[in-house]
Amino acid sequence: MKFDTPATTNPIDQLKVVGQPIHRIDGQLKTTGRAKYAYEWHDTNIPYAYGYPVGASIAKGRIRSMDVAAAQEAPGVLAVVTTLGVGDRKKGKFNTAKLFGGDEVQHYHQAIAVVVAETFEQARAAAALVKVDYAVEAGAFDLKEAMKTAEKPDESQQPDTATGNFDGAFASAAVTLDETYTTPDQSHAMMEPHASIAAWNGDEVTVWTSSQMIDWWRSDLATTLDIDKEKIHLMSPFIGGGFGGKLFLRADAVLAVLGARAAKRPVKVALPRPFMMNNTTHRPATIQRIRIGAERDGKITAIAHESWSGDQPGGQLETAVAQTRLLYAGANRMTAMRLATLHLPEGNAMRAPGEAPGLMALEIAIDEMAEKLGVDPVQFRIVNDTQVDPEKPERPFSHRDLVGCLKLGAERFGWSSRGRPGARRDGNWLIGHGVAAAFRNNLVLPSGARVRLDREGIVTVETDMTDIGTGSYTIIAQTAAEMLGLPLDKVAVHLGDSRFPVSAGSGGQFGANSSTSGVYAACVKLREAIAAKLGFNSPDVVFENGEVRSGNRSVPLSQAAGEEGLVGEDTMTWGDLTETHQQSTFGAHFVEVGVDVATGESRIRRMLAVCAAGRILNPITARSQVIGAMTMGAGGALSEELAVDTRRGFFVNHDLAGYEVPVHADIPHQEVIFMDETDPMSSPMKAKGVGELGLCGVAAAIANAIYNASGVRVRNYPITLDKLIGGLPEIA
Amino acid sequence: MNLSTSIAFSVNGEQRELIVDNRTTLLDALREHLHLTGTKKGCDHGQCGACTVMVDGRRVNSCLTLAVMHEGDEITTIEGLGEPGSLHPMQAAFVKHDGFQCGYCTPGQICSSVAVLEEIKANIPSHVTADLTAPASVTVTEIRERMSGNICRCGAYSNIVDAITEVAGTKA
Repeated sequence: MKFDTPATTNPIDQLKVVGQPIHRIDGQLKTTGRAKYAYEWHDTNIPYAYGYPVGASIAKGRIRSMDVAAAQEAPGVLAVVTTLGVGDRKKGKFNTAKLFGGDEVQHYHQAIAVVVAETFEQARAAAALVKVDYAVEAGAFDLKEAMKTAEKPDESQQPDTATGNFDGAFASAAVTLDETYTTPDQSHAMMEPHASIAAWNGDEVTVWTSSQMIDWWRSDLATTLDIDKEKIHLMSPFIGGGFGGKLFLRADAVLAVLGARAAKRPVKVALPRPFMMNNTTHRPATIQRIRIGAERDGKITAIAHESWSGDQPGGQLETAVAQTRLLYAGANRMTAMRLATLHLPEGNAMRAPGEAPGLMALEIAIDEMAEKLGVDPVQFRIVNDTQVDPEKPERPFSHRDLVGCLKLGAERFGWSSRGRPGARRDGNWLIGHGVAAAFRNNLVLPSGARVRLDREGIVTVETDMTDIGTGSYTIIAQTAAEMLGLPLDKVAVHLGDSRFPVSAGSGGQFGANSSTSGVYAACVKLREAIAAKLGFNSPDVVFENGEVRSGNRSVPLSQAAGEEGLVGEDTMTWGDLTETHQQSTFGAHFVEVGVDVATGESRIRRMLAVCAAGRILNPITARSQVIGAMTMGAGGALSEELAVDTRRGFFVNHDLAGYEVPVHADIPHQEVIFMDETDPMSSPMKAKGVGELGLCGVAAAIANAIYNASGVRVRNYPITLDKLIGGLPEIA
Repeated sequence: MNLSTSIAFSVNGEQRELIVDNRTTLLDALREHLHLTGTKKGCDHGQCGACTVMVDGRRVNSCLTLAVMHEGDEITTIEGLGEPGSLHPMQAAFVKHDGFQCGYCTPGQICSSVAVLEEIKANIPSHVTADLTAPASVTVTEIRERMSGNICRCGAYSNIVDAITEVAGTKA
């Protein structure tokens, strides 16, 4: 099915199941420890062996030689597979740095060997015996230095845009701002380490792994192994978090597959936690310069956003200016991004790539500009709202209610009680309120599904879609139940298996809308098959209460299925509605913080998000996506930073003790309000993404609240107490 | 040198005997030897809490203790609290309040939650207990403090606190 005209009324609009607050259908499995994650696949008849990875201890250079004799002779060792032994390998399409193979070291902790042994303890001990002789090369590790030689990447990355005459308008603006902001490297730090089990059967291999994108992994693994994609069976039914860190094939899968081939046994490999930050990808640091010019009435006349980030050679931009192209009005505008070469681990997508760090900067700048103008920051954002793409005014937004989010949020939060910076005090705490806009584009990807109806009247959905905690199992079941007029307990959902139709996968907040649309398309096919079999005239057929009805005839679905059952399969593809109309999601974050007047410690006291993201398919799981994103934003604002050793070229704090993600004590009760809306331009579901929207702008709202509390403006994340303490007001 | 040891302990009420490499953590004994994979390995360094189990009624990070140290102990894992169709009240509250997303930290959060309420009942103070002479009480501040060794990167904290609060029978 191709979605190329706006949705009209369809069975989803009944909202008997879709849109209802339904608890996760996989909830009992997860809360009882019965959900099986990658490393937990177990067959008592299989003698699994354990692989333990070895990582490069230099950032850049070549491996002259590896001495694996001691490792090979260590107790229990079955095989040692080295990067020199397997030789150069083709790199997957989605990887920038290579995962394994050859003598070149491109970054610290790049996989250079896997030691396979009878037990985990034996493999780990033997891995420590591998000796490596490196020829170390100099590298670039400091973004601030490397930005001087940063280059404009090719046009496919859309580095530059310009409309009107920014320089002229900025020079003549009544009020201007010109500030630079920085965001650090960040780590996904999902709870489940990257893990794979590989089992060969002749020339075919089954890999049980932890992947957000089954087909991308399968294709890239085939490339890396130089085998036919059809020979690879990938399974990833439960994923212990991803956030972008499991979008692309990772070393654990390659090492498990090669280790299993060498050991002639199924092999399990998990990346040890201290390996993850440097072996895998991260969100690249940015340096962002923002200039805004406005008239005294608060109308923006000129806006410019430039960003510098770094990556491995051949890598990509962190697209931190993306939202600035679309969020606020203003006739004269420019954006530019430059890419520096860095030899740190590969930079790549982390939850809301581009917008997350971009809004960390932009939404402080907007707060600063509002203050300069003497305008309330909520009002300043409302005044500069736009209903069209400001770079291409002939292109409207499909649906945009940022203003509604800001107004409702201000009312619910009690925004009018906000005081002047440093003016409110509660005991030892300086109290501040902050606001920021949330914005994230709504992406769609092709998504396929197969839907089977059996003689028991059970509908089974099969798609290679993944559930990384997002609630895919549940919303897919809701979609199928709605389409076929069944209660939820008559629907089974099977995900994350490469034998199923290729789906959108999970990422870029495209998963929910795209994958349920794919299920919608498959269900339409199944409905047609049922109607055809019964000789019903398709357009007037009603699916309700487990029956299919046409005129005065009605047949139970179990009977319609017959002994053989019926199948519907289709893939949702997308027309040009995302080009003719700008599709985005919107929100407003409101935060109250306390800053300790003596120590500068910041504590979040209240958080509210108001989101406008089309139809909400399940308010329970959608709300969880948003509060989780708000929590990640709290980390981004206050504590998360991969510390770069600019001399040796690696992230120093590469575990969960050094890389500080929020814990229970950091997070207050969080409130989320969804605007009651649909977007018929987005899909037949009329839904949009919400999982990344919740992160966008949170950190800036916290930063702005800290400024309001303390009077100290910090433009370099994270906002740790050392950046505040020197500027705090005198203790009365 | 003998690198292995025969041990016996009880897991979820069932007597288990194992021969393990002396370096085997309690976590790996559960996961890799007994195939009780509900207990998760998130960091293997005592930094995340995903491996939380109860030993003789007290919660421990099972990655930070060796299996051979638990001869004769009574170990309770997530599998011992309840099963699909017959959930422990804390498991049911987590489902009801959506106190999880990816589910990987969840067994640890639930084991920790159950033990936290017992700790408060036993009047064991925490860092945020203001008055050591008064009985410890179930407040959201106490719950947040005591649960801070269990990281949830999906960020379900707000819902987890609601779940624990409901089981404790107090209002948030």
